[in-house]
Amino acid sequence: MLTTPQDFRLPEPLKLDCGRELKEVNIRFETVGTLNADRSNAILINHALTGDAHVCGKHSPEDRKPGWWDTMIGPGKGIDTDKYFVICSNVLGGCSGTTGPLSIDPDTGKPYNLNFPVITVADMVRAQKALIDHLGIKKLLAVVGGSMGGMQVLEWAVSYPEMMKCVIPIATTSRMSAQGIAFDWIGREAIQSDPQWHDGNYKAFSSNPGRGLAVARMIAHITYLSDESMTRKFGRNLQNKESYSFDFAHDFAVESYLEYQGRRFVERFDANSYCYITRATDYFDLTAHAGGDLDKALENVKADFLVVSFSSDWLFPPSDSHELVRALLRNRKKVSYSDVQSSYGHDAFLLEVETLSRMIRDFLNNQMQEVVNV
Amino acid sequence: MFKAHRDLNMRPDLEFISSLVKPGDRILDLGCGDGSFLCHLRDDRKADVLGIEIDPAAVGRCIANGIPVVQRDFSDPMDFLADKSFDLVILSQTLQENKAPDQLLKEIVRIGKLAAVSVINFAHFSCRFQLMFRGEMPRTPQIPYHWYDTPNIHLSTIDDFRKLCHQLEFDIVEEVPIPARFPRLSKLYPNFFAVGGVFVLKS
Repeated sequence: MLTTPQDFRLPEPLKLDCGRELKEVNIRFETVGTLNADRSNAILINHALTGDAHVCGKHSPEDRKPGWWDTMIGPGKGIDTDKYFVICSNVLGGCSGTTGPLSIDPDTGKPYNLNFPVITVADMVRAQKALIDHLGIKKLLAVVGGSMGGMQVLEWAVSYPEMMKCVIPIATTSRMSAQGIAFDWIGREAIQSDPQWHDGNYKAFSSNPGRGLAVARMIAHITYLSDESMTRKFGRNLQNKESYSFDFAHDFAVESYLEYQGRRFVERFDANSYCYITRATDYFDLTAHAGGDLDKALENVKADFLVVSFSSDWLFPPSDSHELVRALLRNRKKVSYSDVQSSYGHDAFLLEVETLSRMIRDFLNNQMQEVVNV
Repeated sequence: MFKAHRDLNMRPDLEFISSLVKPGDRILDLGCGDGSFLCHLRDDRKADVLGIEIDPAAVGRCIANGIPVVQRDFSDPMDFLADKSFDLVILSQTLQENKAPDQLLKEIVRIGKLAAVSVINFAHFSCRFQLMFRGEMPRTPQIPYHWYDTPNIHLSTIDDFRKLCHQLEFDIVEEVPIPARFPRLSKLYPNFFAVGGVFVLKS
């Protein structure tokens, strides 16, 4: 299945939570499947921290890898593109086609770099809402996403309660924890302590804080795994050697693995974008406009919820999802909740394909049925 | 293993509980299994339903059945469910598996305007005979387990249960014996002839 990236330029400046406005915002997005006659089969997918609009399929048959959630989305899959019209867009602040710190500031003709305003998850969603309006969709069947994608899902449900039949927030939280903020801080510190960073103007110096960004990625990557999954995958195995080297080069398989993950990440991601997007997740607190009261924050949501967590996820632990589910129940909202047994940690949302696909397929089936019956 | 009770005729206790439900009622089923009983209440009795179930496979089946379900151990605190926020809370043949049945009962009469609890009667004559004449722990169609693999850690009799309800100062709104055979004798002497009973309670 081949997909084509598309661009949408917001006709109006985008008002941001920080008080500033962004002009000429571009949104990179992809769609798969066909929108039905009454435009009732559209599903919006929100990607996680470092994802992009390329959610499934390939851009050309020669592509080495398909989109980031190809195991879930496609013909006959959990989110069946024979039935549904799937939309995925790159987040505001990203570096994969949507306006972000790499983009040219129309006022100066130069890249924004650190002149890019600090954005929030609500800003990302506001930009996305303009895209959905542009596509002529009044009501989405579902808004789906994991991790930071799940934050956007929750923001959608609260900000535009009339605009979807259901939401599926996966492995996420209604407010970023101190632990999450702490890891993000260290990630940004790694980037910004790299001598190549030049206060975010590295492009002007033809440099790149690649080491800092790689370290940030390695730290973050550990938070996506679990003790059990790391033990299972690497144990104390040595990498291509029989005994310790008695120096500080890679001895252990886990070290090589992290190094590889860091290196690969630098090839595809921009350091400033990483700083901006992690900051947006730090600021994410669904209760901010409700005096810290999650019950109150969820008062007006209309969507049916399927909340999914993973037992070994310690970045956004099941207790975060419990908190969300309890608040929804106190508000008498229609909610289903499943805590999937998995040893994969936070990454489980991309790896527990079979369980998650079945659950999402069944849930969407019933939701679509309800839409058709109305 | 979770419970499936698609065929209501096989479960007279559920048939009776179903008769308590009016259109538009909010129903909570604790230990709802695959949600087929809630499907029946939703489709045939037009109720607004929610299930709580701990078994992940059963939760998946509820989702497939379109039943809102929360994966959770209902022994954990249920303080997030407001007082009298459901018209009826159902606890069908699961009380005996619970660690603190008395605490659970207090919770369900707090949450529900009414609570329907279906209990297994361990004083049914077949149980009594097995214990008395064979000297073995009873096994019946309702409690098919061996003593060593049973999930039932708090078995009671109908009389025991009634006593507990009085002790906890619940109103017993209705008490319906579930006969296997001898329906008239079950009515007269439920603690000897009924295999179980449904108690409708309120606080």
